[in-house]
Amino acid sequence: MKAVRSIATLIAAMALMTAVACSKKNPPIARPAPPPPVTATTATPPRPPAPPEPVREPTVVPPEPLRDDAISSKSLDDLNKTSPLKPVFFELDSSDLSPANQKTMEENAVLLKRYLTWAVTIEGHCDERGTAEYNLALGERRAVSARAYLVAQGLSADRLRTVSYGKEFPFDPGHDDAAFAKNRRAHFVITAK
Amino acid sequence: MTKSFMPGVIAIALLAAWPHAQQPTPPQTPQQPSELSTTITGEGGIAPRLAIPEFIALSTDAETVATAKTIGQVLWDDLNFEREFAFIPRDVYSSVPKATSFADVPFDRWRELNADGLIVGTVQKVSVGFKVELRLFNVRTRQSAFARGYDGANARLFAHTMSDELHKSQRALNGVARSKLTFDSDRDGERMSGTVQERSIKEIYICDYDGENQKRVTVGKTLNIAPRWSPDGRSIAYTSYRRGGANLFISNIFQGTLDEVTKGDKVGENWLPAWSPDGTKLAFSSTRDGNPEIYVVNRDGSGLRRITNHPNIDITPTWSPSGTQIAFTSDRSGSPQIYVVGADGLNLSKKTSEVYADRPTWSPAPFNEIAFAAKSGPGFDIRVLDLSTGATKAITFGEGTNESPAFSPNGRHIVFTSTRSGKAQVFTVSRDGKNVRQITRAGNNEKPDWSK
Repeated sequence: MKAVRSIATLIAAMALMTAVACSKKNPPIARPAPPPPVTATTATPPRPPAPPEPVREPTVVPPEPLRDDAISSKSLDDLNKTSPLKPVFFELDSSDLSPANQKTMEENAVLLKRYLTWAVTIEGHCDERGTAEYNLALGERRAVSARAYLVAQGLSADRLRTVSYGKEFPFDPGHDDAAFAKNRRAHFVITAK
Repeated sequence: MTKSFMPGVIAIALLAAWPHAQQPTPPQTPQQPSELSTTITGEGGIAPRLAIPEFIALSTDAETVATAKTIGQVLWDDLNFEREFAFIPRDVYSSVPKATSFADVPFDRWRELNADGLIVGTVQKVSVGFKVELRLFNVRTRQSAFARGYDGANARLFAHTMSDELHKSQRALNGVARSKLTFDSDRDGERMSGTVQERSIKEIYICDYDGENQKRVTVGKTLNIAPRWSPDGRSIAYTSYRRGGANLFISNIFQGTLDEVTKGDKVGENWLPAWSPDGTKLAFSSTRDGNPEIYVVNRDGSGLRRITNHPNIDITPTWSPSGTQIAFTSDRSGSPQIYVVGADGLNLSKKTSEVYADRPTWSPAPFNEIAFAAKSGPGFDIRVLDLSTGATKAITFGEGTNESPAFSPNGRHIVFTSTRSGKAQVFTVSRDGKNVRQITRAGNNEKPDWSK
């Protein structure tokens, strides 16, 4: 009994497979779609034609750059997380802006000229190789150097506040040259927009 | 009161948690007239050898027994810290029968162990706290060289007070057992919000000189750093970023009040306040006139005076013990070095020619020294400059990086930050570079100061 049943199952399965194979070889012919169903609106007695609605006319809305902009639509916190103003990095015990830093600063200046309402705090930071105390002043020197560059680019000094965190807030907690290079920096934090 | 039964013995209330700051100076104990000598001396000029057997609990309840045990141990540690005495090792004490009162002290046995002095104490439970009696016996004469009674509840404070009084009476030394430390720490792992990256805040902490009783004293939710004890031990001045930029604040830690010393939009950044020895003024560094200069201001923010005038960095001031001079760090020579200037801004002189030197801290009298951190390789080491001879000696020797020294009130120890055990931690060391002790262990702990 068991053997007979399993043979029957096998035959049924084979028949099914053949059917599937055939259907693949002969795809159904595409037919035109049925006409759209008659809607209830058209079925009801026609009403007087509505006057053209001007709101539906395509109107040109003047672009609001501050709203359209991905940058300006963000909250301050989100904005600062993406750091639209790029940090600049300094050599050991130096507050001079290298040519590469100057390019970064020019880009930052362009952004600050575009978003004239932004107020920015420029943070000066140091790596851990100096002392905690002297680094407070060294970080300040870096922040001031970055601000002086922006002011020279025509930005109002009133929008640019400086603060030094010395070596209190390392960007990279490591203790090697790569980490130190990341920690000797000026960071730009947008505080109002 | 049993007080009157003990001539020459007075009771000192130790119930207050902060005796160093609040307790009025106790009346001087008249020395017992029957004694020929009230000082224990060692033989042949060496340090006297002391034994401190466990204090005698006069009752068997657990609290009294535990208090007696703690007092003996902490007193041993406190006396050992100044290294004015030698100690009979504790592991031989078990061979000596335990006394049950001052009347049955086995002097012969302690003499066999070469003890010069023997500290015996009793602890008695009273309605509030304990009554503790202390005797220092001359083992040879069996006479009491020092005897005093104490009332209180805090076992460690009993011991610290005894230690300071024993050092004073026996060695004419101002001990530091009741002094305190302060430092900044990120140990609580709290974060600042609204910043470019995740940042740990730092708050101000205090603790006993031996690292016990660590307590947080600020709730700034921001960066509060570089605390300094006021001379009266009741206030701590520090640099706080709670207004955005760096400003000077004073926490009056027993009142729970906060004073803002530098205020307003036009004051620039203000860092690293240092109390004048009389506690009326703070020296600090400020960028209010364009670049970091040293200023002096009254503690209420009035009477601002500018001390330095140079386009380079001037920062990290410290006062001379007389209050007539200020030492600070300047990079006007091209690298950070220590300078001294009169508190009137006159008579500037350069004091160091290191690769890099910072955080000068002037010693208390009678020493005339400035401790500082000097670059000594990849990191820093603590060095001490003797102002009378011009000689510099090293206190630390390249274990980790070592920064931010401050002297103990008696000038015999230095507290500093070191990375020798991993993260930045607070350590104390004796002025000869020995006896290094780690004070903190959790988080990063930095920029310590020692109460005056």
